[in-house]
Amino acid sequence: MDQSALLAVLLTIVTASTPLLLAALGELVTERAGVLNLGVEGMMVMGAVAGFAVALMTGSPYLGIVASALAGALLAVPFGVLTLNLVANQVATGLALTLLGLGLSGLIGERFVGQPGVRLQKLAIPGLSDIPFVGPILFGQDVLVYLSIALAVLVSWVVFRSRAGLILRAVGDNHASAHALGYSVIRVRWAAVLFGGAMAGLGGGYLSLAYTPQWIENMTAGRGWIALALVVFSSWLPSRLVIGAYLFGAVTILGFFVQGLGVGVPAQLLSSLPYIVTIAALVVISTRRGRARADTPACLGQPFVPDR
Amino acid sequence: MSNMGTAETAATTAAAGSPEFLVEARGIVKKFGAFTANDHVDLAIRPGEIHALLGENGAGKSTLVKMLYGSLQPTAGRIFWKGEPVTVTDPARARDLGIGMVFQHFSLFEALTVTENIALALTGVKDMNALADRIATVSKDYGLPLEPRATVADLSVGERQRIEIVRCLLQEPKLLIMDEPTAVLTPQEADQLFLTLERLASEGCAVLYISHRLEEVKRLCHASTILRHGKVVARVDPSLETAASLARLMVGADVHAIRPKHARVAGPTRLYLDQLDLPANGPFAVALEKVSLEVRAGEVLAIAGVAGNGQSELFDALSGERRADRPGAVVIEGTPCGTLGVSERRALGAAFVPEERLGHGAVPAFRLSENVVLTRDTVFADAMRRLLGFLDFARADETATRVSTAYDVRKGKPDPEARSLSGGNLQKFVVGRELDRKPGVLVVNQPTWGVDAGAAALIRQALIDLAADGAGVLVISQDLDEIFEIADRIAVISRGALSPGYDAHVMTLEKVGLLMGGAHGGSEAIDGALKLREADGRAY
Amino acid sequence: MRIELEKRPERSKVMAWASPIIAVLATVVTGGLIFAAIGKPPLQALWIFFLEPFSSLWSIEELVVKATPLILIGVGLSVAYRANVWNIGAEGQFTIGALMGGMVPVFFNTWQSPLTLVLMLVLGILGGMIWALIPALLKIKAGANEILVSLMLVYVAQLLLDWLVRGPWRDPKGYNFPKTVGFEDWQVMPVFGGGRLNLGILLAIVAAIALSILMRRTMKGFEVRVLGEAPRAGRFAGFSSDRMTLFVFLLSGGLAGLAGIVEVASTVGQLQPNISPGYGFTAIIVAFLGRLDPIGVVVAALMLAVSYLGGEAAQVALGISDKAARVFQGVLLFWVLACDTLILYRLRIVRGAPAAEGV
Repeated sequence: MDQSALLAVLLTIVTASTPLLLAALGELVTERAGVLNLGVEGMMVMGAVAGFAVALMTGSPYLGIVASALAGALLAVPFGVLTLNLVANQVATGLALTLLGLGLSGLIGERFVGQPGVRLQKLAIPGLSDIPFVGPILFGQDVLVYLSIALAVLVSWVVFRSRAGLILRAVGDNHASAHALGYSVIRVRWAAVLFGGAMAGLGGGYLSLAYTPQWIENMTAGRGWIALALVVFSSWLPSRLVIGAYLFGAVTILGFFVQGLGVGVPAQLLSSLPYIVTIAALVVISTRRGRARADTPACLGQPFVPDR
Repeated sequence: MSNMGTAETAATTAAAGSPEFLVEARGIVKKFGAFTANDHVDLAIRPGEIHALLGENGAGKSTLVKMLYGSLQPTAGRIFWKGEPVTVTDPARARDLGIGMVFQHFSLFEALTVTENIALALTGVKDMNALADRIATVSKDYGLPLEPRATVADLSVGERQRIEIVRCLLQEPKLLIMDEPTAVLTPQEADQLFLTLERLASEGCAVLYISHRLEEVKRLCHASTILRHGKVVARVDPSLETAASLARLMVGADVHAIRPKHARVAGPTRLYLDQLDLPANGPFAVALEKVSLEVRAGEVLAIAGVAGNGQSELFDALSGERRADRPGAVVIEGTPCGTLGVSERRALGAAFVPEERLGHGAVPAFRLSENVVLTRDTVFADAMRRLLGFLDFARADETATRVSTAYDVRKGKPDPEARSLSGGNLQKFVVGRELDRKPGVLVVNQPTWGVDAGAAALIRQALIDLAADGAGVLVISQDLDEIFEIADRIAVISRGALSPGYDAHVMTLEKVGLLMGGAHGGSEAIDGALKLREADGRAY
Repeated sequence: MRIELEKRPERSKVMAWASPIIAVLATVVTGGLIFAAIGKPPLQALWIFFLEPFSSLWSIEELVVKATPLILIGVGLSVAYRANVWNIGAEGQFTIGALMGGMVPVFFNTWQSPLTLVLMLVLGILGGMIWALIPALLKIKAGANEILVSLMLVYVAQLLLDWLVRGPWRDPKGYNFPKTVGFEDWQVMPVFGGGRLNLGILLAIVAAIALSILMRRTMKGFEVRVLGEAPRAGRFAGFSSDRMTLFVFLLSGGLAGLAGIVEVASTVGQLQPNISPGYGFTAIIVAFLGRLDPIGVVVAALMLAVSYLGGEAAQVALGISDKAARVFQGVLLFWVLACDTLILYRLRIVRGAPAAEGV
């Protein structure tokens, strides 16, 4: 494979991995607080449609980015009300969120099907982006790619080195003790859930603004679920999450690349690679983790009712 | 008979507290829905005083104390600090005032380090390294050393309690509240704790000490307030009372003494463990090592030990929820069954009562009749199952009613959900359900934990009666008073290893403590002591 | 002022009945608001959506036809969820069931016998079971989260179907359309009368009744409930979580597979890339709305079938997108879950900060 083809593949991997990374980072924070939000797929697809719609109507992809984050966070609100204030089952509520998100986005996006979108431009830093090969990969990406990496670093620092992160981890580890110490478990979890929603929305917005600038119904195609698997796979560590997201992005692109080679492998098999690899990753990480169950936030998925 | 202090005669409607008291609670009422946990309670503590709060399970001690600490708000009543009225809105406010609390059930975060845990309890922590150093210094200074960078999950129960205490000490408290601190300590660790508390008191810090361990309270405390059913019934100086008089004040009537056991010639072996090994099945679990024991017909073997030394693992190995690696490791009624499961062991005539009633011994949301089906094995002739697996609900109902009547289970409706019963009543039901099967072997873990005195007495009597009828009874308990009341033989479990069983009449608190410290070293000392006594011709 | 949750001493029987009803009413109201927001007359739209489907015999027949797969899948899921095993991949099991059963018309097109259809149904059940076996085994052996695994397999199943009907199984005489041969008369579910109402509904009712008896009256049903509510107590009773996982996955997977073959052997009549409007996911809502009880599921399935029919009708009459049905279903599930809280908790409005002279 010549250098320009390799470059193209690497660039595409970055674009494929970024939405996963964004959504998974958000869910990581949510789960660190002890909340399991299975609605990532729904929030992502709402972010995709909102971002696309706003960018199309205003002509600005940057406004689209903001809209996608807001849409994700807004969709997370009913989830929060049900699971945090009304102590509903988190699994069922997350599923409801996904179904609602998929349905609502399909409804809103109907009028946008087939319309060409506004693409988020890649940066062109004079000098740096022109360095052969390395230049475009490291310095020629769009804003959200850099944001995703920056957020990964930020989340890592906040969760492990700041007081806010300490409280977050405490709430996810033992919500009864956190409450006994006077911390508002509900408020911390609300913040985590809204952050998770915004990030999922952002990930979805990336799909419709940078990855393929158009709106297709259900265009997330299960990425939200893969993001959930990624969080488990990373043992709730942001640094491992980055690696995992890029691995999955690579697997997805590998499928297209092989297709392009014209080998007689059916397209559908290659398209199913990400899903099969996700299953394999879950099996591998769960088997190994069996011994060190300590990774999982101890209160994950458990409802909390304060006694006052 | 009881010497009342001067505090309670002071007008409870005064707007200010008396300056001689560090903290005063007046007319405190707390209701949870329809249930009144505290009913017009008054409490007054002087600076530097070690004040006991006594009462049996469910008397309202924890609730009262949580209100002093701000975890709960009173439904009515006032609290005064150094004479001024205060509202303790939350634990942060309590800490600002100078109140520290060490809970009975620790508020610790397993996945975090010692320093991180303590940092969460303090406000305004800027420098974690400086905090780590302070922790190392202060903990060592007060005789409770801690390694600041250790992860809590790796620490023993005694060490975890030290974290709770050091956390309070770092804030230079004026009042330290301790809720049942010695429940999880060996006798030697308890002694160390008392030294620390006495030192604190001499420095002017008051201690509010919640306990139902009367000997300890007599030894340590200067004053006490006694609660029963949410009300104050007495205020006495414990050092002037006897354990018996304190108990009477707590319970309100003489708790009837358990019928003394006759010296019994034990019959054939009903339950036998032979060098049982069981690997730890989780990061916080304890591995069992070469555990051997024998329970004969007609006797009660009690296993003493501080929480977290392998009791649950031993119970699971006995019940069959975890299987051994060879059949001969567990023998019930002469049949090797180490590799068999729970139902098969029940078919051999064994019955089991686990430590946790809700969630393990019974399903909380199920009714009592449904909970009966839980432990009826499916092979016996009296099974609840008929052809094709259909359940015989009528028979289940009958059994539930029979058990409730025989064991005095008080319930609001004929067939209520298990979780609506009080702890004592549910425990009576769970124990009764097993006794109703007339088992040849009964294994019970913490038979009267969290149970009121009346129910506890009934359960203990039932255990003794069962043994008297010829069954073999194995009791695992953290309550040494209970053990000495009902056991014929006593063994001690420590770090997954079991000491040999000794006749109850040669055991004392000190010996048990030694065994808790280290099974093998201690038992040599005991054997040595026994030989001396035999040589002397004395029976203890 | 804030709302506090106060735990009830026992589950409220009244609320267990009232909660689904309140949820449905709330959904209707929300629906009215949504319609108004998109500029359609709310009352008319609500009538078309919710009540018109009951107005003619034809539409009631359609309701039953649409409810059939929902009941078959829903009753299986209700048992699985009672055991706290989250089979989210019913859509995939549905697909594979259709595939397996569809092999008979594709490969043995000329074998004509009363047993043909029986074989198709049996293969359909087997197909669903096999697909459900994967997440079950991975959970038991490796501890892999069954929600994610079963879900990933939905996408894989869909891609498998897509490949087969476009490639190896495509009808050579089908003008290159992505579909298999159409099923012959003996390969299709027998119908009642002249409409589309077929034997499938009988299978569904039988399944519902059988599972209802299982859950209420047998030891197996007891085992399911115990393991779902208190797994530790289940182990104490001698039950095995692993075996329960296997049992409910095979049960719900088999029923989903049956629903799949019934659907393609009736409504669709062939294999093609799109054989389900999301029945496997709607069935999840059906299971919850039906309070995880097989008989409740039957009622809930009819109600959700209404949303499908109503959606189609509203599209024709008022130009509302058929996606609206999806939105309604999601909203309904949300309301069901919200109202469920009232079964275990009472809502209390607390005024002012909790004070010493308190309530």
